[in-house]
Amino acid sequence: MNTLTTKLVFWLLILTASASIAADKQVLVQSTTSTANSGLYKYLLPQFEAQTNIKVNVVAVGTGQAIRNARNCDADVLLVHAKQAEEAFVEDGFGIKRHDLMYNDFVMIGPENDPARISNTTNIQSALQAMAKAQTLFASRGDNSGTHKKELQLWHLAKLDMSATDANWYRSTGSGMGATINTAIGLGAYTLTDRATWISFKNKQDFKILFEGDSALFNQYGVILVNSEKCPNVSKQNAERFISWLLSNDTQTAIAEFEIDGQQLFYPNAN
Amino acid sequence: MQESAINIAVNLITQGDPDLYEIIGLSLRVSLSSVALSLIFGLTLGAALATGQFRGRAVLNIIINALMSMPPVVVGLLVYLALSRSGPMGWLGLLYTPTAMIIAQTFLITPLITALSRQVIEDLYLEYKEQFASLRLTQSQRIKALLWDARYSLSTVALAGLGRALSEVGAVIIVGGNIEHLTRVMTTAIALETSKGDLALALALGMILLGLALLINILLSSLNLSARRQAYA
Amino acid sequence: MPNVIDINRPGTGNLHKLLPSQGLALNRTQLDLTDVHYTVAGKQILSKVNLALHAKGITAIMGFNGAGKSILLKVMHGIVSPTRGSVHWNKEPTNAEHRLQQAMVFQKPVLLRRSVKANIDFVLKQRKSFAPATRNALLARVGLDEKYHVPARLLSGGEQQRLALARALACRPSILFLDEATASLDPASTAIIENIVHEQAVAGTKIIMVTHDAAQAARLADYIVFMDAGTITEHNPSHHFFAAPDSQAAKAYLDGRLFHHDS
Repeated sequence: MNTLTTKLVFWLLILTASASIAADKQVLVQSTTSTANSGLYKYLLPQFEAQTNIKVNVVAVGTGQAIRNARNCDADVLLVHAKQAEEAFVEDGFGIKRHDLMYNDFVMIGPENDPARISNTTNIQSALQAMAKAQTLFASRGDNSGTHKKELQLWHLAKLDMSATDANWYRSTGSGMGATINTAIGLGAYTLTDRATWISFKNKQDFKILFEGDSALFNQYGVILVNSEKCPNVSKQNAERFISWLLSNDTQTAIAEFEIDGQQLFYPNAN
Repeated sequence: MQESAINIAVNLITQGDPDLYEIIGLSLRVSLSSVALSLIFGLTLGAALATGQFRGRAVLNIIINALMSMPPVVVGLLVYLALSRSGPMGWLGLLYTPTAMIIAQTFLITPLITALSRQVIEDLYLEYKEQFASLRLTQSQRIKALLWDARYSLSTVALAGLGRALSEVGAVIIVGGNIEHLTRVMTTAIALETSKGDLALALALGMILLGLALLINILLSSLNLSARRQAYA
Repeated sequence: MPNVIDINRPGTGNLHKLLPSQGLALNRTQLDLTDVHYTVAGKQILSKVNLALHAKGITAIMGFNGAGKSILLKVMHGIVSPTRGSVHWNKEPTNAEHRLQQAMVFQKPVLLRRSVKANIDFVLKQRKSFAPATRNALLARVGLDEKYHVPARLLSGGEQQRLALARALACRPSILFLDEATASLDPASTAIIENIVHEQAVAGTKIIMVTHDAAQAARLADYIVFMDAGTITEHNPSHHFFAAPDSQAAKAYLDGRLFHHDS
């Protein structure tokens, strides 16, 4: 019995100790999901890690949660897509500087038969108004993410206030992008998504892009170094190196070259 | 889709996909460690509750029974707040590590192990109590004897804990962050593939997880059976 | 003791050398109960029990069902605390040391879920007196030396009770309590247990047993305590009791009649 306990404690120590051993050179990134789910990190990061021997740990959550986590100092780098919130983050002293990294656009997806006929509309305002008029189901992220914030802006643009609606056709999933698309497909509902997530999404079924191309659907990704004065644990050197690498010409070219099924997902636009 | 999920599962296993084995390995390491830790805390507490006579015992039992249904997300959130760099334990630098996942799951499973083992031990103690008093056993001698004699029932308790640990996603995804090659386990990988719309792969991973649980159960019950045959009926 | 029983394995003298009773310096009376009361849920189980037990020999406690015999035994053994009154050993209040010198065999044996051997080893190790020879002698003593590795719970009722007795002996008791220990056993197991009990008594262990078997009491006991409705009605040498009991209740009991109280 005693030897058993000793053995048990021994193995526990091994297990938990080995768990806490990690590479000393690393960067913690709080990120939006589209960049992770589309496979961009899987494509880019090994190059950085090979060049610098710095391990990049990505926590992919919605933009809203990513910013919240970074405000708790649980990040060295923030990579999200909600410009206003990002600027507020820097203004509040949590971030050093915000850099444009790349962009793509949002698209409105829905069932192929397009019950609200939004594919016939010419701008996003009328597309949204058509949906509201037809009262066809719409799935909203409802999670304060970058995409959710963009969606609310678009409704506002269309003179429809959906931030506190109780309309039966407007369904707030409170979930991530992928879960919301799965829900939309299950309901036969329209939903707004970034193009990268949609292209890489595998469970499209009869869903298609029904509206795209309006300049209001622009989707800018930004990258921010977390302020080490506010968050002393930030591994500043490694994080700075990672950001400048992301903004470098070679990496920007690499981002442009990232494709799925022959389609480019992100368009680099670092200054 | 089910058939293709089976194909994917079989292919993943037979082709020895290193990422898959890494994820399985971490799942096992995290879950087994947290079950082992929970057993140390839970059995001690369960035995104390079963054999001890102290004020507030009934209230404590109710609280622990209620804690069994604590949502993993809530446990994850509490551990996140504690381990966050801005939290009270942030200086440990444990957030987004397997250790954080083990801590969260230990909190999640300990009430389960405590409540179930208390019931098992209490039932046995009812039978042994008078005899133990007659033999003048001390409290710790009683607890040791009860734990040993209840070991087969308690191994089922441990399996229940392991089941909850292996299948749980809410806590580990918050404190682990689902970081590739660092904190990605079976359940968070399944959640990720689902969110990418790769339902077949998600399902395949689910099958592998189920197979893993099955394997552990077969292993333990055969060990149990042979030990039981030798030791007692 | 009339030698009516023939058992294969008469007690080995060896055992007493290996496991002597702890032999307190005995006074004339070893166990004193003073004004013992026991009440549970408003019901008086024992009232005004005053009893001084002889230091040696076998005392049998008899009485109708519900007379309070088992509770009295448990109060003496210290596993039930009296509501009022006290139990003294050699004029001292019972203490931890005294308690370790007692053992009890219950009517229904409670054995650990382990092998026969492990059940004995458990107690020997607890008492820090473990030696394989001791355990082997104990198991031989109760005729279980062929069953070392059998799970205790797979033994027959008689074997289980013999194992419980061996375990009690492993405590090296100065006082051994038996609570209807042979009540549900076959004659062979009863004989083995009676034989061992007799030999233990001869070797100096005080035996206090509850029994319903008047023949058994007559065979074994030196003294009889008769109880009725939670009180002691009689405490006499066995021959006296069986020849002419003092109390009406005991007479009725021995005649096999139901006894009705006046009160």
